[in-house]
Amino acid sequence: MREAHAGWLEVLDPGALTTVQDLGRPGWAHLGVPRSGALDQPALRLANRLVGNREGAACLETTLTGAVLRSGATTTLAVTGAGCGVRVDGRPASWGAAVPVPAGAEVRVGPALDGVRSYVALAGGIDVAPVLGSRSSDVLSGLGPGPVALGDRLPLGRPGRASYGIEAVPVPRGDRLRIVLGPRADWFTAAALAGLDGASYEVAADSNRIGLRLTGLPIERERVEVPEELPSEGMVLGAVQVPPSGQPVVFLHDHPTTGGYPVVGVLVDEDLPVCAQARPGDRLTLRVVG
Amino acid sequence: MQARRVGRDGLLVECASVTEVAGAYAALRAREADLRAIDIVPAARTVLLDGLADRDAALELVVALTPARVDGPAPDGAEVEVPVRYDGPDLEEVARQWQVTSAEVTRIHRETEYVVAFCGFAPGFAYCTGLPAHLGVQRRQDPRPRVPAGAVALAGEFTSVYPSSSPGGWQLIGSTALPVWRPEADPPALLAPGTRVRFVDA
Repeated sequence: MREAHAGWLEVLDPGALTTVQDLGRPGWAHLGVPRSGALDQPALRLANRLVGNREGAACLETTLTGAVLRSGATTTLAVTGAGCGVRVDGRPASWGAAVPVPAGAEVRVGPALDGVRSYVALAGGIDVAPVLGSRSSDVLSGLGPGPVALGDRLPLGRPGRASYGIEAVPVPRGDRLRIVLGPRADWFTAAALAGLDGASYEVAADSNRIGLRLTGLPIERERVEVPEELPSEGMVLGAVQVPPSGQPVVFLHDHPTTGGYPVVGVLVDEDLPVCAQARPGDRLTLRVVG
Repeated sequence: MQARRVGRDGLLVECASVTEVAGAYAALRAREADLRAIDIVPAARTVLLDGLADRDAALELVVALTPARVDGPAPDGAEVEVPVRYDGPDLEEVARQWQVTSAEVTRIHRETEYVVAFCGFAPGFAYCTGLPAHLGVQRRQDPRPRVPAGAVALAGEFTSVYPSSSPGGWQLIGSTALPVWRPEADPPALLAPGTRVRFVDA
């Protein structure tokens, strides 16, 4: 008899916030559906390659505190993204590499030593039911599985191929955010725009999967005489939205599909992982590249 | 039409009115294969083209669209009838704002022909246009912490149906048993942009 799933993963401690993530559900924004998906997509892709999955298979995304898991079957796992200690049944195991996990073993993904979000890939991927083509948990709209909770048993898919990848794990991510000005740069003063390049901002503690909140020199509006906001318009991943306070918010994967605050610029895609891994209190430097 | 650049692969097409948005969205959807965008997102005065494979080519296509061609009659979208029980707690408040009776509010709401201009706020939450400009509705001073799924509501120049239970500041005039958001269905949203909508007595 074949079981419906190749195995399962039990959650012994979900930590501060652990969610199932894949590459998200782009293409539905016209229905008000956020893109969602892993915040650090290169790390998710790498974790999947290491365990022989397709790059977009569903993994766990942990937040700062790590998580404790137990696998019901013999499997292989890899942890990428934020650096952290990895232990299998109490024994130290490699971060950023394929690690064999015996059936019933306890897997401890430690607190993030650098960055915020670690990615835990298991051979076969996490096989919860997809919603609109994705298994991602969207904290804004509630689509997909909710954040994982103590005692959850997550089904695992069947491993694809037997051989596991070995590759160099990328170096740290740096601290600069490159932005392309627009579409609403004309809402801001010339002085504010001139000051953006090289400006240093601190990451605020209330940042989350929806947005990275930055604190620093306010980005001042030109049109102070206009009392109302912009009519709501479509928002893209990486949009730097500026509310009336002037303190910018970078939209991350669970961002709302429309918004009413002007967008001064948009991050280049390559710097989104910097946002995914920026810790409260970190300082980031804006660079205007277009 | 004119467009602003968004990041490295996006365009924000600008429209003069929400009616023009409906026309521009229909025209852009019809050219989806040539545009090669990941998302086409209409809103109050804009249509966002996100994730364009070739932005320069898409911009040429957008510039060639004239407002005269898109600001025509309502697009020829699907038509949906929404059966409503006009039993909402804010019916009296809307009657006060419009300076008519509650019965008149429900008559106007039923007899208006709507088009979904755009979705936002929550998956499947449709901003239906069609009410005349002088019948704008102010939002509640204190948004409700929980509005039930199926609530039929008014705010600004729009009417909508809450697709799922959520906080909300719109004025509630009724309720429908028709599910407007079913993520497992195809299409998942009953009231997608371009859909023509009529509200009828349940």
